[in-house]
Amino acid sequence: MTLVEAPHLHYWLSAVLLLIGLYGMLAQPHLVRKLMAMNILQVAVIMFFISLAWKTGGTAPITRTRGEHPIVQEYINPLPHALMLTAIVVSVSTTGVALALLIRIHRRYGTLDERELLARMKQDAPSA
Amino acid sequence: MSDHLPVLIVIVPLLAALAMPLVARLSRRAARGLAILAPAAATLCALGALARARAIGPWHYHLGGWAPPWGIEYVIDALSGSIAVLVGAIACAAAVYAGPQASRLAGSRAALFDSMALLLTAGLLGIVVTGDLFNLYVFLEISSLSAYALLSAGGSRAVVATFRYLLLGTIAATFYLLGVGYLYALTGTLNMADLTARLPAIAGTATFGVAVTMIVLGLATKMAVFPLHGWQPDAYTYAPAAAAGFIAAVMSKVSAYALFRILYFVLQSAGAAGQAGRLLGWAGALAMIAGSVMALAQNDVRRMLAYSSVAQIGYILVGFSLPNATAMTGALLHLIGHAVTKGCLFLAVGGVLWQARSATVGALAGRSRRMPWTMAAFTVAALSMVGVPPTVGFFSKWYLLLGAVEERAWVFAAALVVSTLLGAVYFFRLIERAYFHEPPPEGGEPPGDAELPASMLAPILALGAVVLALGAFNQSVVTRVIQFALPEM
Repeated sequence: MTLVEAPHLHYWLSAVLLLIGLYGMLAQPHLVRKLMAMNILQVAVIMFFISLAWKTGGTAPITRTRGEHPIVQEYINPLPHALMLTAIVVSVSTTGVALALLIRIHRRYGTLDERELLARMKQDAPSA
Repeated sequence: MSDHLPVLIVIVPLLAALAMPLVARLSRRAARGLAILAPAAATLCALGALARARAIGPWHYHLGGWAPPWGIEYVIDALSGSIAVLVGAIACAAAVYAGPQASRLAGSRAALFDSMALLLTAGLLGIVVTGDLFNLYVFLEISSLSAYALLSAGGSRAVVATFRYLLLGTIAATFYLLGVGYLYALTGTLNMADLTARLPAIAGTATFGVAVTMIVLGLATKMAVFPLHGWQPDAYTYAPAAAAGFIAAVMSKVSAYALFRILYFVLQSAGAAGQAGRLLGWAGALAMIAGSVMALAQNDVRRMLAYSSVAQIGYILVGFSLPNATAMTGALLHLIGHAVTKGCLFLAVGGVLWQARSATVGALAGRSRRMPWTMAAFTVAALSMVGVPPTVGFFSKWYLLLGAVEERAWVFAAALVVSTLLGAVYFFRLIERAYFHEPPPEGGEPPGDAELPASMLAPILALGAVVLALGAFNQSVVTRVIQFALPEM
């Protein structure tokens, strides 16, 4: 058995995306890039869930009143899609809050580069 | 109405949070009332639901009438019910405390602060009562997002600290979600009870191992388990006092509760709790020592308290990791006791900051003469942190120690004792400053009595009284509630 089998390719893809995201959050010194890496991390999990639902030759779970009815086994599982709608909303909200925080950081310190930010925070330490 | 108590626990603060900006526009006074009454009402709902669960067994409430495993269910039992009461009550105390500070903010900002606090309350209560893994994720993110907003209200440094917390918190939640995804792929269910029944069939598979690892890592980060605690000290130190009091008191405890629930009531059926528990126990023992040592080195009292929280989470984890009823009782009692105690300490230090414009160890000098009541409550809570009878801290640590001895886990027992001694060192240093040092000759504040306004003092005293009451009545807390909250062993 090879480790990477064709039917499992999408799992590997989401794992690679997840690691790219994690690496970016750790390694990028710029806060906006960290945030973008965070979004990649979240997308990895969203992709993972969506790919769970996939079926070769499957169809959307819509009951039609006329015409042929696909049997239940042919429906693509709609639940992961519904879950991920919520996860996308969460991801968008998190990004929104993060951007709002970044705007406030930039207004106060004039930089979003972590190294410079730390240096400037040290400069005006009020009472350490 | 009383048939829907479980859902009202969450809905009341949620709707109040949404209505808050509107109400504040009409009347500031009504908005303050709403900010206090909504968590109070949620607490009463939780009490009612807990009473019914105690009388006729766990209450499974089906949302919208959809039966699980398709629908979402809320479960009220001795464990979730009592934690919900705890969260609601502390939310209520923090809301009262926030009054004088809110009145200094511009109208709309004060309303937003109250609104976020209510949203946080709703999210935390949701985590506690839900019986569905994905629903737990949603509530986790609701509480996290509102916590970010609250913490960032403390100024520029708070914003930077919050951004760090946001990144780490999102990694944690994403890990948790991925773990849930693996479990869903394996079993096709998200309902905790349904999952418990299906897990034995897949125990021991690699996928299951990854799922458990992801969920435990995610929740451990949210709990600030050493060495995943990096976000916590900055976030707690720079936050506004009312927010720090509330968040430090309950947020990591609710994550601890979620971990306990998932490990021992869901994953236990597949035998995963033992292994994960052992690992967490060692992390807990490390946290007890490392947290206490780092707390010793701090000059800012809030930062000291934050590191002490790292150590206290260690106590709870060690208790969870020991597979006997005594240690688990200790862990749950410590979870409840520490929430109240740490809330009291943070609110009291917030009071010192409010009057003295500083929260360093030096600012405590001679405080007892200027703020006798605040410092009295602070001292009671500090004694509970050290573990002096008759406070609750003594009894929870006693149960933990007995549990460790019962299991012959000598390393854990030694770590408990050493951490307690270290705790005694830094808390007695604070108490000594407050009572036996001369106040600084000149500060920015007028001399003489500087006790807090009643609405700030009352929650501090109430929490201090609860610390004593939980200690005095620890026997009945254990036999009437905690005993029924333990997993079968």
